[in-house]
Amino acid sequence: MKYIYELHKTMVARNLILVYEGEFTQEITKSVLAMAERNMDAIGEDSAVKRKVFNVMVECLQNIVKHSDEVNDINYTDKNSAVFMIGKQDDKYIITSGNPITNDKIEMLQSKLEYINALDKEGLKTYYKDKIKKSQGLSEKGGAGLGFIDMARKSGQKLQFDFEHINENISFFSLKTIIRRNNQ
Amino acid sequence: MEVINLESTEDTPKIILDRNNGIFEISGRSLPEDSAEYYQPILDWLDEYSKSPNPETVFIFKLEYFNTASSKLILDILSKLETIDNTTISWFYHEDDEDMEEAGTEFSELVEVPFEFKTY
Repeated sequence: MKYIYELHKTMVARNLILVYEGEFTQEITKSVLAMAERNMDAIGEDSAVKRKVFNVMVECLQNIVKHSDEVNDINYTDKNSAVFMIGKQDDKYIITSGNPITNDKIEMLQSKLEYINALDKEGLKTYYKDKIKKSQGLSEKGGAGLGFIDMARKSGQKLQFDFEHINENISFFSLKTIIRRNNQ
Repeated sequence: MEVINLESTEDTPKIILDRNNGIFEISGRSLPEDSAEYYQPILDWLDEYSKSPNPETVFIFKLEYFNTASSKLILDILSKLETIDNTTISWFYHEDDEDMEEAGTEFSELVEVPFEFKTY
């Protein structure tokens, strides 16, 4: 039973206020959002910070929901499972997610994220407006292709990401977004 | 014309489209699982309305939050409203919500409809 204490210690050390591991659906998204909101309400978090955290959480969670059925590898049993975490420190919230993706998505994700990270505030605004204007309806997954841009805009920080190789077909995609608490 | 009156839920906004009483309003939170499906009846209603609209249409957006998939559908709604004469958008945002104010400004730059900004 030591793992319980170990997990607890890890969560405390990393200031994790919420960790969800498992299948992601819209219902789970709503529950996770409600928990995070209650947590922020309980400490009287600044409403602007609260809105930004909520915003980034939604895009992050709905991304996972939309793409969770794409990994179909018989050698990888945790294919529908992803992880979502929120850490809270004195000066920031750290919103992280991790989910398996097929290796053919790596290049696209990497170039998209690098492109976004190279833009400044005005550049992101222009890119967002340009994309929303040009997009013809939503993708077949129901996305507008604006999630990462919006996360970068709301965060005001670079999006951090990593791909951990699992096997020749799949990798684990981790994404980290920071929301400053005392920038108001 | 039928009246659309949708109560808000955890992830969908309150929507009232009532031609006879001149009420056109979307308020609350919008993060449905399938935004395109959720907003299709609204777009259909506006198509019908645009055939013989009221002399004046004031469309109220009083959103607390919307996700990026909804933002695309909001732009679709605004594009429909663009074709209706004498339409004004009343864009409400919470007084300390700069992001919602900016979102409204950006939408106003994407369509040719006058926007009025109001705080609540």
